[in-house]
Amino acid sequence: MASVTITVNGQKRTADVEPRTLLVQLLRENHGLTGTHVGCDTSQCGACVIHVNGKSVKACTMLAVQADGASVTTIEGLADGATLHPMQEAFRDNHGLQCGFCTPGMVMSAVDLVQHNADPSEQEIRDWLEGNICRCTGYHNIVKSVKAGAAAMRKTKTKKK
Amino acid sequence: MDGSLIGSPVRRKEDQRFLTGRGNYTDDINRPGQAYAYIIRSPHGHAKIKKIDASAAAKTKGVIAVFTGDDMKVGSLPCGWQVKSTDGSPMKEPPHPPIAQGKVRHVGDQVCVVIAETYAIARDAAEKVKIDYQPLPAVVDMRRALESKSLVHDDVPKNLCYDWTIGDAKAVNDAFAKAHKVAKIELINNRLIANAMEPRAAIGDYDRSNGDYTLYTTSQNPHVIRLLMGAFVLQIPESKLRVVAPDVGGGFGSKIYHYAEEAIVTWAAGKLARPVKWTAERSESFMSDAHGRDHITHAKVAMDKDGRFLALMVDTMANMGAYLSTFAPCIPTYLHGTLLAGNYATPAIYTNVKAVFTNTVPVDAYRGAGRPECTYLLERLVDVAAREMKLDRAEIRRRNFIHADDFPYQTPVALKYDSGDYHTLMDKAIRLSGWDDFEKRRAEAKKRGKLRGIGISTYIEACGIAPSAVVGSLGARAGLYECANVRVHPTGSVTVFTGTHSHGQGHETTFAQLVAERLGLTVEQVDVVHGDTAKIPFGMGTYGSRSLAVGGVAIAKALDKIIAKGKKIAAHLLEASESDIEFRNGAFTVAGTDKKKMLGEVSLAAYVPHNYPIDKLEPGLEETAFFDPLNFSYPAGCHVCEVEIDPDTGVTKIVNFTAVDDFGRVLNPMIVDGQVHGGIAQGIGQALLETCVYDDNGQLVTGSLMDYCMPRADDLPSFKTGTHNVPARDNPLGVKGCGEVGAIGSPPAVIGAVIDALSPLGVTHMEMPATPLRVWQAINGTKHRKAAE
Repeated sequence: MASVTITVNGQKRTADVEPRTLLVQLLRENHGLTGTHVGCDTSQCGACVIHVNGKSVKACTMLAVQADGASVTTIEGLADGATLHPMQEAFRDNHGLQCGFCTPGMVMSAVDLVQHNADPSEQEIRDWLEGNICRCTGYHNIVKSVKAGAAAMRKTKTKKK
Repeated sequence: MDGSLIGSPVRRKEDQRFLTGRGNYTDDINRPGQAYAYIIRSPHGHAKIKKIDASAAAKTKGVIAVFTGDDMKVGSLPCGWQVKSTDGSPMKEPPHPPIAQGKVRHVGDQVCVVIAETYAIARDAAEKVKIDYQPLPAVVDMRRALESKSLVHDDVPKNLCYDWTIGDAKAVNDAFAKAHKVAKIELINNRLIANAMEPRAAIGDYDRSNGDYTLYTTSQNPHVIRLLMGAFVLQIPESKLRVVAPDVGGGFGSKIYHYAEEAIVTWAAGKLARPVKWTAERSESFMSDAHGRDHITHAKVAMDKDGRFLALMVDTMANMGAYLSTFAPCIPTYLHGTLLAGNYATPAIYTNVKAVFTNTVPVDAYRGAGRPECTYLLERLVDVAAREMKLDRAEIRRRNFIHADDFPYQTPVALKYDSGDYHTLMDKAIRLSGWDDFEKRRAEAKKRGKLRGIGISTYIEACGIAPSAVVGSLGARAGLYECANVRVHPTGSVTVFTGTHSHGQGHETTFAQLVAERLGLTVEQVDVVHGDTAKIPFGMGTYGSRSLAVGGVAIAKALDKIIAKGKKIAAHLLEASESDIEFRNGAFTVAGTDKKKMLGEVSLAAYVPHNYPIDKLEPGLEETAFFDPLNFSYPAGCHVCEVEIDPDTGVTKIVNFTAVDDFGRVLNPMIVDGQVHGGIAQGIGQALLETCVYDDNGQLVTGSLMDYCMPRADDLPSFKTGTHNVPARDNPLGVKGCGEVGAIGSPPAVIGAVIDALSPLGVTHMEMPATPLRVWQAINGTKHRKAAE
């Protein structure tokens, strides 16, 4: 067993896990953070995307022990209390989700896109989301959501300045 | 019902939990004392199991039990439909044991289950189970199944499940004899895998104190699972079995069926007296979720000198896979053969369907189920007919459409369409897509070295899957009505219990709109509960675009009863005659006066009946209704697809996609649009990217998301959508259904566009999926041929 300590959604948490445990398993099974989903076994679907030290990562491609000492944000930690993150709000407002299963990964991935590119074009959004599969929406409304979310994030940033 | 909430794009109530990671999917649930199941699956397409030695696995630390087919001798997984062959004989219905009994029949067939304290222990211990197989020749190719010496089931000769026909053969033959021209086509409807993003999962739980079982499962229809598993597989009475389908991450048909794993975990939970959980890995989904489509069809249409259709003849072979899945036999027959009139006034139709067993995963409904296969062959054939007659593809459709004033329209293949306006739908799609000035865009693309093409398809769907009497006469072994319970609480908030199930469709919002509008409440005051047999009286679930068309009407009927009882209570409270009470905007009013009681006051009186007509009326305000419609509903539409092909790489890019649909009355256009987008994406996936491949030994070659090409965001365009909604005549709410149409209408439009792009090179046919390889071969094959000539 290995002891893994991560700061997840602002809270320091330690767990003893088998060295082969994946980061997504640590989050779901040890820390009860079931918002991060497992949709495949080949790192294709992106349902498990979270942020590790601020960057989007597929939590199924990383061992829990590799995250020791890292700061992790999952979908549960994205909203500011009762106030949704602008990207979450944009997904709701543009019907960017249906069954909700790919949604956490999709939103986390989209937030990281906007961190890299504050005003992505439709094509840039589609290219970035290549690693996130959605079977429900046909991506049409996801693309719209990300555009709107990016605009809202730009606004928030300006306000903060 | 045309108030402010109906037809309004109300934002979804369910989104808050999904967006914040608080959804509650089956794999998110953990029961105290839970054990984990790992299922050992057949690596062979077809083999005898000579011996299983699980002794080493059973002795492993942390392993609780290992069960094989010898341990789990229970009922067969049942089939919900009985199809009869033309000679009157019933379809062949071989047993489908949850764990293989002596023989495996497809890669992925369940052979053994290892149950342990953790999933990792179960999975590791499974490697210690020694299974001695004697491989047998596999039946894989449908075309060879009938002649194959190898039999999937020893007692099913020729591997033939049934040989079914519908229509008037003589009338069709007569029409072909006098036809001016005949157009023919032969095509394959490629096998697909639904791949809902949430893999299937199941938890069996057993309560030692009272002998009650609970199954948590990824299902589109928990009551159906309770009925099938309880009555046929495990012999557990309904009163002792609860089935919960919590949040479900997409279904698309693949989560309708009763699967072996549900029975295995429930049975094992009883044996071990502790909860047992199983969650599919994605690679397991590929080899254990029912697949879709997989037809081979020959079709021909007879035409007069003006290109009017005189008769249609269709021969189809349909793959059932190794066992009959729950709905399987009805897909190529009642959801396919009966739709062959399409949007056209073809006077004579005859079709034959041969369903065969093969050593592949069972095939069943996948989004559209039979209707995409039907639409694809029909629309591709109509394109061939247009070419034969040298008519524009839109024009030949226009000439043959059923006219808007000919409804209700009785087709020659059993169905009676209640409403529609196909000419207007197509005209709108043509305008929206720029069909008429396409040649300019083709010429412009040519300058850039690209091959541009445009395709069109029209479709009709029979959905709102119900009429129990009709489906019963067609072979359904169950009724397909729907049930709703509306509970007005003492202080006026409302809970709706529906037998349908939402796994992405947004019922919690749409149904709340329906109820809030009728009762004068806000959407927030209405809670919609689904997916739990302990809470909901009964239900047949969600598939066949039936939730609103059948389940929504059941809710409306329960509301009628609520309002009727409320009027009686209000009449008493207001000291007026019941016939003078009107109900509007949440208030019971004495007509022509300002005397009124709000719904909340009436419900409070119903639950605190101090001043109440107790001699005539029971306390409480809760009503249940069942609704069984008299007809299907018939959405229709027209899709136009425009593609550009790079002749150097064979890559097809969709540059424009337009869909104009008729959904009847629409409750939430935002949700409807989303359903259309998703369906189109799946149809484009079928047309360009997806296919399920087996090798000759029955090995599943496309067994992971690395091998099976799912549409990604960068494979698709944004879509143009429009509607021309004609309220359904035979549906009390006027609604038709929208869940499947995208997947039905789009594939022929896409392939039509690909062929059109390649037509200057002489290409006239293309199979799905039109992969870059296939397209490149079509381009270069033609070039080489031309050079040789």
